[in-house]
Amino acid sequence: MQGETTTGRQETAAPAIELRGISKAFGSVQANKDISIKVARGTIHGIIGENGAGKSTLMSILYGFYRADAGEILIHGTPTQIPDSQAAIRAGIGMVFQHFKLVNTFTVLENVILGAEDGPLLRPSLAKARKLLGDLARDYELDVDPDALVEDLSVGHQQRVEILKALYRQADILILDEPTGVLTPDEADHLFRILRGLKEQGKTIIIITHKLREIMEITDTVSVMRRGQMTATVKTAGTSPEELAELMVGRKVLLDVAKGPANPGRTILEVRDLRVRDENGVERVKGIDLHIRAGEILGIAGVAGNGQSELIKVLGGIKKGTGSVLLNGAPLDLSGRAADAESRREKGVAHVPEDRQHLGMILDFTAWENLAFGYQGDPAYHRNGFLMDNDAMMKDALGKMERFDVRPPIPTLQGKSFSGGNQQKIILARELERNPDLLLVGQPTRGVDIGAIEFIHKRIVELRDAGKAVLLVSVELDEILSMSDRIAVMFDGRIMGERDPDQTNERELGLLMAGVTNETAA
Amino acid sequence: MTKLPVWADVVLVPLISLLLAIFFSGVVIYLISPDSPATLENESWKAVLDAGRIVVEGSMGSPYAWGYTLYYATSFIFTGLAVTVAFHAAMFNIGGEGQAQLGGLGVALACLFIPWPHWSLALLGAGVGAALFGAAWAAIPAWMQAKRGSHIVITTIMFNYIGAALIIYLLVYVLRPVGQMDPATANFPPATHLPTLHEIPGLNLIFTKKVPANVSLFVALVACYLVWVLLWRTQLGYEIRAFGKSPEAAKYAGISGTRIIMVSMLISGGLSGLMSINNVMGESGRLLQNSSEGAGFIGIAVALMGRNHPLGVLLAAILFGFLYQGGAELGLWTSIPIELRTVVQGLVILFTGALDQMVRMMLGLVFRPARKPEAA
Repeated sequence: MQGETTTGRQETAAPAIELRGISKAFGSVQANKDISIKVARGTIHGIIGENGAGKSTLMSILYGFYRADAGEILIHGTPTQIPDSQAAIRAGIGMVFQHFKLVNTFTVLENVILGAEDGPLLRPSLAKARKLLGDLARDYELDVDPDALVEDLSVGHQQRVEILKALYRQADILILDEPTGVLTPDEADHLFRILRGLKEQGKTIIIITHKLREIMEITDTVSVMRRGQMTATVKTAGTSPEELAELMVGRKVLLDVAKGPANPGRTILEVRDLRVRDENGVERVKGIDLHIRAGEILGIAGVAGNGQSELIKVLGGIKKGTGSVLLNGAPLDLSGRAADAESRREKGVAHVPEDRQHLGMILDFTAWENLAFGYQGDPAYHRNGFLMDNDAMMKDALGKMERFDVRPPIPTLQGKSFSGGNQQKIILARELERNPDLLLVGQPTRGVDIGAIEFIHKRIVELRDAGKAVLLVSVELDEILSMSDRIAVMFDGRIMGERDPDQTNERELGLLMAGVTNETAA
Repeated sequence: MTKLPVWADVVLVPLISLLLAIFFSGVVIYLISPDSPATLENESWKAVLDAGRIVVEGSMGSPYAWGYTLYYATSFIFTGLAVTVAFHAAMFNIGGEGQAQLGGLGVALACLFIPWPHWSLALLGAGVGAALFGAAWAAIPAWMQAKRGSHIVITTIMFNYIGAALIIYLLVYVLRPVGQMDPATANFPPATHLPTLHEIPGLNLIFTKKVPANVSLFVALVACYLVWVLLWRTQLGYEIRAFGKSPEAAKYAGISGTRIIMVSMLISGGLSGLMSINNVMGESGRLLQNSSEGAGFIGIAVALMGRNHPLGVLLAAILFGFLYQGGAELGLWTSIPIELRTVVQGLVILFTGALDQMVRMMLGLVFRPARKPEAA
């Protein structure tokens, strides 16, 4: 294939990918507007931008999911039509999606050859794939047991299978969409080593991410997208995270959370030996003890799926558990009739759920309906015993949207019409203005643009400073480190240890997140 | 897919779907026309046009025709509203037939065994009986759904058959007066007779002949309004809609799924049952077997076409009233069998319910070019 022919001629010649004037509109929304970039062969190119900036649309055009309204795609200097993903594969483009597209009940080998079999009989293809996988494992640290079932693999290994799939299809341009979203810091480092190895072999890599740190660490050049346009393409070595953030948002952004020291008061929440089982009876939280005091943020770090979601759901009253939980000294019902979200709200627990679109709001409801969600029984929203007071709800919604800078401030818009950040502001406005004793907040800034992150963090810190207890669950280590007054790390349903954010670092937390406890380096 | 303007979505899509249904109904009539289509093409098309004229005239050509159309529409409003309320809680209540027939039992018991001094009190009493019995018949599938996860579609369908069998048993062995041949209750006492539109002062100037449409029509209109208030102006309606959109989010908001399933299904069953004040009490004056005559199922189509909004249900119910009455006329005046109205209804359901996405897509193509210049 092209990748293995010569090196000298092509390096000086055409870039691996060149986009010229790509535009794409969905209805009246211009997702991509006249985008032109060149990605040189054998480099790692980052694309960053806020949610909805058009990164995914651009990559979907490149991979043949969408057809551009206008513009040209040149692969190694040749104008190329990419009407579908088969054409993209033929052009040597491989894509690693954020949500893996693997068959869980197939082995690694079967997944790798799926759709790229050489003939009706599988045996020759499997043998060929096995040999290739061995070579790749040796060359790039891409080792995965070829006979393991995908469902038994860790997330990091599953991602390697996706990369192997692309390489098996002889991709020499690899696109990775938010590749580190689900990885521990260690796994992310490993991935970066793999990518650097691939780069040295002449592969071209495009990474889409919103994590500035990763961009700085791994890329050679970086393109910034904002509102469907490519605002800048710069050499990574010549830029800084602050500059990139400013390019993304269009104004200066405070990357660090401005917060003073905590003034912890009396204990608000005390959890002892909390256990939670999922629908299949598997224990997800295996005996947790923790406490949070007034005026303090406890951050729970951990890779997604290690029991944090269950913990926050039990405290929020939408899952049942066993053990003992004291709120302001009084026990909470964990499994009986009062183990519901309404009872929790009455006791002063506010909950900003991890999955805001499926739990925190109803996308088909209007903003004013969503701003009362969970508090629909509040007498302030009722005209009398039977009818609700829609006018009062509307007025209440307008005030909240203004105070929390929800854009656009139109209460009659449906929840799904707002961007991720503004949806989160709607939920925060609703929960924070109840002035709760305890705030449970899960992934407060997932899928939220940088500009809104700053605002959200500020509001949570304000609540802490007002003497409230905050339980923060996040898979973003940066967020945990900058927001928390104490950090507890969860792994496999247990708390592996507690750390002071000023006296720990990502490496130590990363080890704890991976379940390694004998950290002598700390 | 292009998003249509609201007016096109609400008005144009159902209208075009309806026209398509009418067109294909014409094709069907053409094909089954007794004159051989191959030789007498003009005659066959004339038969189609004749059929169309009979349907229109027979269902809305005169106050008398309207009296029948509105009678059918009244039943369809109740069953359509029943499906609508359940639908907003994401419950697909297919048990309208059984709930309506049980509602008929409630009407019969109230009318036969309580000596009512006046029809208005009888209407109130029979209405409560109808709603209670209909709700009770919906309660069992609802409970099985809420507590055991038995799918409501399956259980409500089964309860239609159980309900029909139960009614037949009761009519044959329990409620049938001694010496009567057919499986039906005795005639209800005259005091329970509901005034028809012909008997209402003022309206009798319009409806000069006796028609089956009766005061239940006004109960149905009130029910439309109340269902709207319930769904969009009360906390219960808010919670029903929230649960229907996302049971998970409803749980987060402290809404009990069991409660919503039970309450919405009870209201739904009650509304289905209520249709019996129209046919059992208002029209036949006694309980017969299969009293609902398919209105429970038509309610599904009515709710579907009415976009699960009471106003839409009202309009769709009147449309189906036309079809029902017009189809009956067709059977009466032509050699086209009365079963054809089932075919026409089927086509209407097919086009307005199942295929309206197709119309929407085609309209999307029409609306797209108009927007493109400003976007590009």
